[in-house]
Amino acid sequence: MHSENRLAYWRANLRLVFVCLIIWFTCSYGFGILLVEQLNRIRIGGFQLGFWFAQQGSIYIFVALIFFYAWRMNHIDRKFDVHED
Amino acid sequence: MSLQTLTYIVVGLSFALYIGIAIWSRAHNTGDFYIAGKSVSPLANGMATAADWMSAASFISMAGLIAFLGYDASVYLMGWTGGYVLLALLLAPYLRKFGKFTVPEFIAERYYSKTARIVAVICLIFISFTYVAGQMRGVGIVFSRFLEVEVTIGLLIGMGVVFVYAVLGGMKGITYTQVAQYCVLIFAYTVPAVFIAIQLTGNPIPQVAFGSEVAGSGTVLLDKLDDIVTSLGFDQYTSGTKSRIDVFCITMALMVGTAGLPHVIVRFFTVPRVRDARISAGYALLFIAILYTTAPAVGSMARYNLLETIQPGEVGAVDGNLAYDERPGWFETWEQTGLVQFDDKNGDGRIQYYNDANPDFESQAADYGWQGNELSVDRDIMVLANPEIAGLPNWVIALVAAGGIAAALSTAAGLLLVISAAVSHDLIKGIVAPHISEKNELLAGRIAAAFAILIAGYLGFDPPGWVAQVVAFAFGLAAASLFPVIFLGIFFKRVNKQGAIAGMLTGLLFTYGYIEYFKGLFLKWAGAPWGDNAAEFWLFGISPEGIGVIGMCLNFIVAISVSYMTAPPPERIQHMVEHIRVPRHFDEEHA
Repeated sequence: MHSENRLAYWRANLRLVFVCLIIWFTCSYGFGILLVEQLNRIRIGGFQLGFWFAQQGSIYIFVALIFFYAWRMNHIDRKFDVHED
Repeated sequence: MSLQTLTYIVVGLSFALYIGIAIWSRAHNTGDFYIAGKSVSPLANGMATAADWMSAASFISMAGLIAFLGYDASVYLMGWTGGYVLLALLLAPYLRKFGKFTVPEFIAERYYSKTARIVAVICLIFISFTYVAGQMRGVGIVFSRFLEVEVTIGLLIGMGVVFVYAVLGGMKGITYTQVAQYCVLIFAYTVPAVFIAIQLTGNPIPQVAFGSEVAGSGTVLLDKLDDIVTSLGFDQYTSGTKSRIDVFCITMALMVGTAGLPHVIVRFFTVPRVRDARISAGYALLFIAILYTTAPAVGSMARYNLLETIQPGEVGAVDGNLAYDERPGWFETWEQTGLVQFDDKNGDGRIQYYNDANPDFESQAADYGWQGNELSVDRDIMVLANPEIAGLPNWVIALVAAGGIAAALSTAAGLLLVISAAVSHDLIKGIVAPHISEKNELLAGRIAAAFAILIAGYLGFDPPGWVAQVVAFAFGLAAASLFPVIFLGIFFKRVNKQGAIAGMLTGLLFTYGYIEYFKGLFLKWAGAPWGDNAAEFWLFGISPEGIGVIGMCLNFIVAISVSYMTAPPPERIQHMVEHIRVPRHFDEEHA
């Protein structure tokens, strides 16, 4: 029982990390670097979208991602009863 | 009151504050000295991490880099922030659970090897000294410009202040000083940015302002900037010139390097719980993002202001350029430092500033009667000169000086502390004299910190390059040496000591060798660099700044293949890995 639980906890953790890293990669390397020219044809206010992602948007998303991860991990910790007091 | 007096007062007050905090929070034992007794709140740790992290390169150099590189500088913006995602998701919580003092200590225990510990210490010292050299140059620049003292004297003053609070306070002293330094530097950075944003666009939020219309023109600032730079033969601001693979690799090297920098990782050893380590990384990045999203606004507005000053009229018109005799005051003061230089090549008494390396623009420039670019502006001055260019009051300028010094000192202190901990805890306590008393270990740590400051000061007198670039190399080295083995140590139980040692050495030697070959780092006396630093000679077209990514891949490949060719790690190590993967034991284990 306990090693199953341990495995399930680790799997849940890895799944969350994986999802977060896909978002991390897409908004920085994807939108900010690889697709920058295509996105630059779209304008948001005075910004070309690709340029905005490279110099602003990706950073906002990074911050949000860490808070999201910390919140979800606390939830997973409690679910598996491995949370700290 | 003159600007200089005011600057002396503001900088002097900030120094008094730092030293006061250090005395109040001085370290009493090795736990305090190395990891602040694991008692720092996640919010305070987030602020301290942000100050630790944002160095002279971030504060002084980055906006200047962005101003001159435009889109290409995005590598620094994404690279120096995205690494925190890796740190929060892949390293910080687990290393906090491990709960010891230093990064080499983790590597030593996970890879059950003193050799691995020594290799990790070598990587750490290498990375940290490369980084600290950049900080010391930053201190020198600020002192020589604002306090008008010799660079040497400026360096000695800076070293003295760091000496007091790092040696006395250890990690505990540094943490609370860094909280104060964060407040000083973020205030100093954002206040001029807000003023300039209002002046140019009427919008007080810099992050929005640089995509807003320039007041009274009906055109968006970035578009206007694109028009001006291209009309002077420069590359378009909002699109890049670097190859895509190079942009990709530099960004990746900076991100992974961030997550592998010992002085950043160790900050997450100072919070009480695993969950604090996670949320603390979020706070750290939030505080960093305030500066990092302001920097591109500052960069674009500074470039715009500079060009509008030099080229107030139509490009090519006889009176379109600023006459040298009518140059503004800030221009003159920076000329005295040699960081702004004017050379009237065509003898018309006006300043022509354009891209004379652009062959397509050559004939046009000749038609205008221009005989070459006449102005050179050091990138490092953009943030420091910004308040003067925008005509802001003297107290803002004094504040910026104090902010630049705070940024450099906070990072230098963090680096010096990990160096001293590596010497006293990893080398002396861990290897040479395991039975050393705690009191003597603390003394050894303080002596090591003092020596590290002397070496850092020496490197500051003869820095190997300009601030941001030198710092960029430290990231490549961290990405290629420490990050892979820490990551594998947590996520792959099968990786053993042979794999880790071989991996670290391969990554470090490859990356260091490549940088030394093309750029020259520590071996200038032996004739380095030996290679021509041009894209056609680079491996896969990757510049020395981005090569850490290849070093990292080599490290991963070597570590995993060597591990599979040799015996798996002993069972107790497997248990240790299981142990650090969960914040608290499963209840069954206690039953």
